[in-house]
Amino acid sequence: MLKKLAANHLNRSTYFCLGALALLLLPWIVGASGGNYWVRVVDFALLYIILALGLNVVVGFAGLLDLGYIAFYALGAYSYALLASPHLPQHFETIAAALPQGMHFSPWMVAIFSMILAALFGILLGLPTLQLRGDYLAIVTLGFGEIIRIFMNNLDRPLNLTNGPKGITAIDPIQLFGISFAKPLDLGFVQIPGLYLVFYLFLILAIAVMIVCLHLQNSRIGRAWVAIREDEIAAKAMGINTRNMKLLAFAIGASFAGVAGVFFSAFQGFVSPESFTLWESIVVLAMVVLGGIGHIPGVILGAIVLAVFPEVLRGVAEPVQNALFGHVIVDVEVIRQLIYGLALILVMLYRPGGIWQKGGGK
Amino acid sequence: MAARLLLDVADVSKRFGGVQALDSVGLQVPHGSIVGLIGPNGAGKTTFFNVITGLYPADSGIFLFDGNAYFPESVSQVTQSGMARTFQNIRLFGEMTVLENVMVGCHCRSKAGLLGAIFRFPSTKREELAIQEKSLALLAYVGLSDYAQLQARNLSYGHQRRLEIARALATEPKLLALDEPAAGMNATEKLELRELLLRIRADGKTILLIEHDVSLVMGICDSLTVLDYGKVIAAGKPADVRVHPEVIKAYLGQGAV
Repeated sequence: MLKKLAANHLNRSTYFCLGALALLLLPWIVGASGGNYWVRVVDFALLYIILALGLNVVVGFAGLLDLGYIAFYALGAYSYALLASPHLPQHFETIAAALPQGMHFSPWMVAIFSMILAALFGILLGLPTLQLRGDYLAIVTLGFGEIIRIFMNNLDRPLNLTNGPKGITAIDPIQLFGISFAKPLDLGFVQIPGLYLVFYLFLILAIAVMIVCLHLQNSRIGRAWVAIREDEIAAKAMGINTRNMKLLAFAIGASFAGVAGVFFSAFQGFVSPESFTLWESIVVLAMVVLGGIGHIPGVILGAIVLAVFPEVLRGVAEPVQNALFGHVIVDVEVIRQLIYGLALILVMLYRPGGIWQKGGGK
Repeated sequence: MAARLLLDVADVSKRFGGVQALDSVGLQVPHGSIVGLIGPNGAGKTTFFNVITGLYPADSGIFLFDGNAYFPESVSQVTQSGMARTFQNIRLFGEMTVLENVMVGCHCRSKAGLLGAIFRFPSTKREELAIQEKSLALLAYVGLSDYAQLQARNLSYGHQRRLEIARALATEPKLLALDEPAAGMNATEKLELRELLLRIRADGKTILLIEHDVSLVMGICDSLTVLDYGKVIAAGKPADVRVHPEVIKAYLGQGAV
């Protein structure tokens, strides 16, 4: 018995080490086989994991359908874009005078700031919608998401705050302990490209978010969320303050998106309102639903699949059409949306709990 | 009556549009007793439950719980103050396991906050363990230990009702308000329920019971209140109530005497 237990334990730690090693090597493998383009894809997939895990707190745990989730990502992205780019000093003399070296806030500081800001906006969105559920809540949150985007799009007049549809450029890259993630890190025996560094950073963030989500799920708070999702009146009858718990879910979900947004804009070096359309909200929701709503491993899988899949399609669809017909008949973007729709319908029909649902799909 | 009253409400009225669902209803529940609330369908029994537990706002009424005046506005506050209820149309958390359902019931008697949940301080871990132990003990108490890891939706009807009672007990109530706990149960299950209710009372809890099963009600209740068309038509000891002419006319029927 004991031996068996020990062997089991050994097995688990071996798997853990192998998994960790695979993750460490992943950017090198991807980079060697597909080039930097694919490393970028993987980096973005990690950001999407953070987003999907955050939305899962709201939609999966607490059962509050949020169609404007990307707005919190936008808040984080624009916070960093404004606080770490030449945009504000260029357009506001007082700021330029106050900061002769320019606006260069650290992404870490802005991340904490954005986390709080997004959480506050989450509560702001939650407060008027406490009585709403399902479709009605979805409509209000959808409106909220669009309002934020439209603000970003139009706040270039009368004061140029966001530079409107043109977006903000020349945003500072990520820095950690004086190491810039925009250029390779020379360790003497090996040079780690910036994209790989970003991968490691995003990986740590995603794992941290995952652990927080796992801990929340198996806690008094996580249980209260699921209880509200399952039956709000019964949850109240258990003495749960449903109002506070719902606001907490909105705030936590939003804060993850806020942090992800900061690193998104630092990684891209450029933000514009078109990154934060309703379509993006729907993509993140599709990750949650398709992967396994309320089930953390499923949500992660969903995020990876839906973040990588369009890129695979981009690489395949055009050459295939060219080879078959001599020219491109259906635009890649159209094919992508078609397949998204089809995949969602199929999952809803045959695996309503998602691809990887709790308990392996009973 | 020397017995101290745990629940003492008077003059409770509730109107839904043109229907006077409750018309100055009064009810008294002494400490440590089982009080039955009976009456024909639509008499206002469940409405009365919903009003005293804060689910529906009362139009008027005087409410005293454990010697303190309260006005039931928030279901969660009423539960926190020590009154737990079950529902006529079972309201379990279907996707959660049986054990988790009871653990949710411990919510208002535990206090782990956001930081505790995220960082799992030693105190949080201790509390979580205590919640689990308490919930397992409650499952054993109602006889559902074997089903702890089953999804609540997969329980049989009678077991679902028992789970609702265990979940309500987890909130550590002084008063347990049960809305038709025997509905849909077979004869054996009813007998077991009766045992359970008597055990709960013996353990110092007070029970307010809505029930249609006359023999169950007559057998275990210390006193009865009968509602009809939102009005109290009789109240007192079961033996007195069952021969009350109005009760016979409205509810029991001639054959029951």
